[in-house]
Amino acid sequence: MNTIESGRRTRVLIAKPGLDGHDRGAKIVVRALIDAGFEVIYTGLRQPPEAVAQVALEEDVDVIGLSSMAGSHVPYCTRLKELMTEKGLNDKLWLIGGVIPMPDQEALREVGLDGIFPAGSRLQEIVDFINERVQ
Amino acid sequence: MTTQQFKPRKKVTGASIRRQDIERPIFNESGIEIKKTYTAEDLAASGGVDMVGMPGEYPFTRGIHKEMYRKRPWTMRQYTGFGNPEDTNERFKFLIENGQTGLNVAFDLPSQIGIDSDDDLAIGEIGRVGMAVDSLKDFEVAFGDIDLEKITVSLTINGSAAIMIAMYLAMAEKRGYDISKLRGTAQNDILKEFIGRGTWIFPVEPSIKLVADTIEYCAHNAPKYSPVSVCGYHIRESGADPAQEMAYGFVIAKAYTDLVLARGLHVDEFASRLSFNFNIYGNIFEQVAKFRAGRGLWAKIIKEDYGATNPRSMVLRMIAGGGGSGLTKEQPNVNIVRGAYYALISALSGAQTMALCCFDEAYTIPSEESQRLSLRTMQVLIEEMGLCDTVDPLAGSYYVETLTNQMRDRMEEVMAEVDEQGGIVKMVAEGSIQSKVSAQAYELLQDVESGEFPKVGINCYEMDEEEPEVAYHPYAEDDARKQVQRLNDLREERDNAVVESTLAKLVDDAREGVNVMPAIMAAVKAYATVGEMTDAMVSVYGRYNEPVRF
Repeated sequence: MNTIESGRRTRVLIAKPGLDGHDRGAKIVVRALIDAGFEVIYTGLRQPPEAVAQVALEEDVDVIGLSSMAGSHVPYCTRLKELMTEKGLNDKLWLIGGVIPMPDQEALREVGLDGIFPAGSRLQEIVDFINERVQ
Repeated sequence: MTTQQFKPRKKVTGASIRRQDIERPIFNESGIEIKKTYTAEDLAASGGVDMVGMPGEYPFTRGIHKEMYRKRPWTMRQYTGFGNPEDTNERFKFLIENGQTGLNVAFDLPSQIGIDSDDDLAIGEIGRVGMAVDSLKDFEVAFGDIDLEKITVSLTINGSAAIMIAMYLAMAEKRGYDISKLRGTAQNDILKEFIGRGTWIFPVEPSIKLVADTIEYCAHNAPKYSPVSVCGYHIRESGADPAQEMAYGFVIAKAYTDLVLARGLHVDEFASRLSFNFNIYGNIFEQVAKFRAGRGLWAKIIKEDYGATNPRSMVLRMIAGGGGSGLTKEQPNVNIVRGAYYALISALSGAQTMALCCFDEAYTIPSEESQRLSLRTMQVLIEEMGLCDTVDPLAGSYYVETLTNQMRDRMEEVMAEVDEQGGIVKMVAEGSIQSKVSAQAYELLQDVESGEFPKVGINCYEMDEEEPEVAYHPYAEDDARKQVQRLNDLREERDNAVVESTLAKLVDDAREGVNVMPAIMAAVKAYATVGEMTDAMVSVYGRYNEPVRF
């Protein structure tokens, strides 16, 4: 686990959920968020929902961001939501990016995702979204 | 925060930007400046034609066979696999009926990282991005009714490759094939998995030891089988430029070669069975030059550095034709056109095998229709466009030959940089190479977002578009349940005492550091599962702990 400190208040967790190993996008988002002045904690690959919820709690993050490329995000986020509720993390800004098919986007909003950034989203959109919502 | 230093790349610009300033220098992605015109003088200054030679002859720059596609067109091998082995078998047959000449198997993530379908971590992942495999039984179903002598099979498998190779060989043996004559390929390039793609299991050292085990085992038992396909492809997908892609592939191939030589094999006993997998998207001439340069450089390395005497050891055999990073989610039909250019580039580059990207890949697992369209794209080139008529048709172009020399120089520079930093195994273990390519990927995306690096549909010729109608590949919960049921049945039906003893032998062999392939073969034949065999090895080797550096 690497904690990257860059001096500002908003703390963002970027995690790779599930078993998929395609991390180009996640790492690009980490770099963009660091450049935008956030503190970023990147989990590395293959994080089960339990690990993501635990790190979010321990690191007292403001934002939980997931990068999903292989399609298992709906069952994954459903389980993560249960854990977030258990641990009192429902006030966190919750984002997901990657290959998120349209039919899944509705399902994810119902689960409780605040922001969905499918492939093709601009980095600045993610930065602005966080800045607008986290004080 | 640690930042790996890397040379800032020269900016690549598109025609619309260049028109604003005709004198603005132009660079390809590998950082080579492109002139307005090329002449014999430029070619001479770049090193001349010493490395060109003739097709089928050292240094093989022009191609690894004398007659190339005139004798036999490239193998068409679309990447396929989903659901359970029955589903995948059906799609295999569909593709063969449509003229496909090889199979390229996609495994689901649990199979790729060595866990069984009834593992908690497999929930929601069974059969999702590839075929689920738990035991030899699944291989028997997946390849049912397929003639393994007529159709060669490529297994896209890495972390658990030793197990899957054993399953393939055991399945073939059971069906009566002589494995000493069996052809086929496994990807089995674990070093690149640590850089991109991420299906590692064990730490770096035991992981590469397993690769050497498979090469050594196949050299003695299945000498026609290609146990490794070294992949620059995924390193390029992770952010490397084309020259780096091939150079990193070569330093990885050298790392495996060194390990096998240390076991006392001669290079000619296995080098002819090493194969490669490279990316194809980007500048057409840069790609063609990359492959021509790479063939000459690899031949030189194997001959001069390793002392090979058999010319077949020196040839760079490759699959090319993919390049997902070149495709766009925007205006997805444009990907059909990009795919056609990919196939053209592969053919002009002398690829042995193509696996063409499908236009709907940015959305879903390709449909039957989109896979058939990829096959037809290649078939049009073969049948209608004259791509098979003559070998290496771009040879002799001042531009292509000059660029070939320059790309070869650039690859040698990149290889020397890796050596200076302690070698690829060390760079992978400490995470420095991962950090370097990821920094480049970030830089490239910034250039795309600013419009500096042109991409049709993204930063030029954009359209307001509705989300297109896409036939999303459904996730079949039923198939996942069936797979778990089959596994439960297996655990009851098989002779568990034999399974236990073969697994114990695998642990012993891993502990003693001998080649574990014979023990894996025995366990596979006893119907031990992927997860059981992986756990046995993890008990000795441990698990990889990912170094995350930025």
